[in-house]
Amino acid sequence: MAGWTSPLRIVAVAGFALAAIAPLFVPSWATLVALILAKAVVVLGIIVLLQAGQVSFGHAMFFALGAYASAFWGKYIGTGDLMVYLVLGATISTIAGLIVGLFVVRYREIFFGMLNLAFSMVLWSLLEKMFHYTNGADGIRVARPTVAGFSFTPDAFQYVILYVSLALALIAYVVVQRYLDSPLGHMLKAIKSNETRLEYLGTSARRVLLTGYVLSAFLAGVGGVLVGVIQGIATPEFGFWTKSGEFVFIAILGGFGHALGAFAGAATFEIVRYYASAQLANAWQLILGVVLIAIILYAPSGLIGLMRRNRPREGGE
Amino acid sequence: MRAGVASKRNLMDSTLVVLAILDGISYAALVFLVSVGLSLIFGVLRVVNVAHGSLYAYGAYFAATLSIAVAPISPWLTYPALIVAAVVIGVVCGGLIERFLLRPVYGREEVLQLLITFAVFMIMDNLQRLIWGVQPIFASEPLKLLPNIEVLGVNYTSYQVVLLPLVAIATLIGLRYFLRRTLAGAVIMAVTEDREAATAIGIDATRVYLITFMIGATLAALGGALALPTTSLVPGMGTDMIVLSFAVAATAGLGQIEGTAVTALMIGLARAFVIYIQPEFEVLVPYLLMVLVLLIRPHGLFGVVTTRKI
Repeated sequence: MAGWTSPLRIVAVAGFALAAIAPLFVPSWATLVALILAKAVVVLGIIVLLQAGQVSFGHAMFFALGAYASAFWGKYIGTGDLMVYLVLGATISTIAGLIVGLFVVRYREIFFGMLNLAFSMVLWSLLEKMFHYTNGADGIRVARPTVAGFSFTPDAFQYVILYVSLALALIAYVVVQRYLDSPLGHMLKAIKSNETRLEYLGTSARRVLLTGYVLSAFLAGVGGVLVGVIQGIATPEFGFWTKSGEFVFIAILGGFGHALGAFAGAATFEIVRYYASAQLANAWQLILGVVLIAIILYAPSGLIGLMRRNRPREGGE
Repeated sequence: MRAGVASKRNLMDSTLVVLAILDGISYAALVFLVSVGLSLIFGVLRVVNVAHGSLYAYGAYFAATLSIAVAPISPWLTYPALIVAAVVIGVVCGGLIERFLLRPVYGREEVLQLLITFAVFMIMDNLQRLIWGVQPIFASEPLKLLPNIEVLGVNYTSYQVVLLPLVAIATLIGLRYFLRRTLAGAVIMAVTEDREAATAIGIDATRVYLITFMIGATLAALGGALALPTTSLVPGMGTDMIVLSFAVAATAGLGQIEGTAVTALMIGLARAFVIYIQPEFEVLVPYLLMVLVLLIRPHGLFGVVTTRKI
């Protein structure tokens, strides 16, 4: 450990400080930054799975569960509190993650990805077709919740949700990075490098992967609640396979060698989308696709990898 | 995909059953073409092509452009137009994707190969909107040229219940014959079995990959081109098709050609019956089947478990 002076630490501290302060001067950034942080929480979960070499093309299902949990609360019970939404969304997605996880951790690589995709598409079609309960493709409005009992005006609320997202993202970042550095995290990496050897050491690879899977489902659920509240709506699109692809994309873009990659990726992705959809409304997806190809071909360890490559020998991570 | 068939819910049950079967067969024929392309590409290249649905959509859109151009000359020219469109899209788009995007990442992690095709999907999806717009496009000449036929008391277009299944069967037999009885097919099988050994005896594996990808892409585009007369082209048609063909190919077992045909028929029929019984759950059917099958047999219904290579 290079302590507090390692370059990634500095970037992390600077980045989070920027996220906290910049929106105070440019109000239109508040929602953008909140969205970046919320998405990054989801992507942290994808990064956890990528350590084991497993890519899920179905994590949008946990994301959608988080968003719909708050939406249903608003629809059937009435205006809730953000804390209630978060606890509810996180609990539901964690339980779902445990159930789905019990099945999918038996498979690897393409079969793992496929099974996740299949589960998520089942959820998506239910959300889309159970019109009576879910309003179909129109989605359900997520009413602006109170926060710790206080209700806010829309202007104030965008800052409240920003700082809530920031706090949660910081906690998630620290927890995930700790997890990756812990023995459990290293065992996760061993699934990718040599699973058989891991089993010979007397560890259950499935249990190790299940732990990571449930954690990633939990993070996706929290992110889902936040995005649902920030955007004020939950739609089946939240659970569609392209959404899952987007999360994996952000993870690769940022680089999955470090938890910070989630934030670097999410910031780049959302900023490109925000400005490209304003300037070139018809071509932002095209631009992102080209960026993704360029990253894969020329910078496979993502933005974080680029940063590390430029400063290769500073104390060692 | 049920052009010309009005809702006949109030008719007697036997008619409904026949109708559902015919719907299922014509739908299965299209789904088979797309899925078998996906399966073939995976079987040989070990790459799941996420852009496969886009190739399907491009096949359809390009076929629309061509048939609208040739229809004034003679409506019969729309048939060759469909085929030409599929081949052009398959060879050009498929060739470009394989040569310039997939080839650099073959040795790399599987995740990256998957994501390259995801990026291609994003780009193609966006370009499709830029080229052909977002308004629905119709071009149903080929459907109208062929007469309707009576099947057990049900009036149906022969394009859907005769031509489409014939093309699907011809593709199935053709692929089987090509892979099992011709030299080129044997070469492809050899590369699939063991790329290194095949290269050692002088097979150009790089070229085999390129050609296989082009064939797979052409099949996707052909599925799209043949779907054109029966449906309206809308943005997002490729996005839906990729997961569907994926579900079929995975349920069958990736790389299983005959299995894909059987599974496509199963899913096509199941979907058609669900449409008549409980239409809301139409989209659910393929995914539910996929989940169930993969849980019990992760390598698919017809897949063979291979021992791990170390």
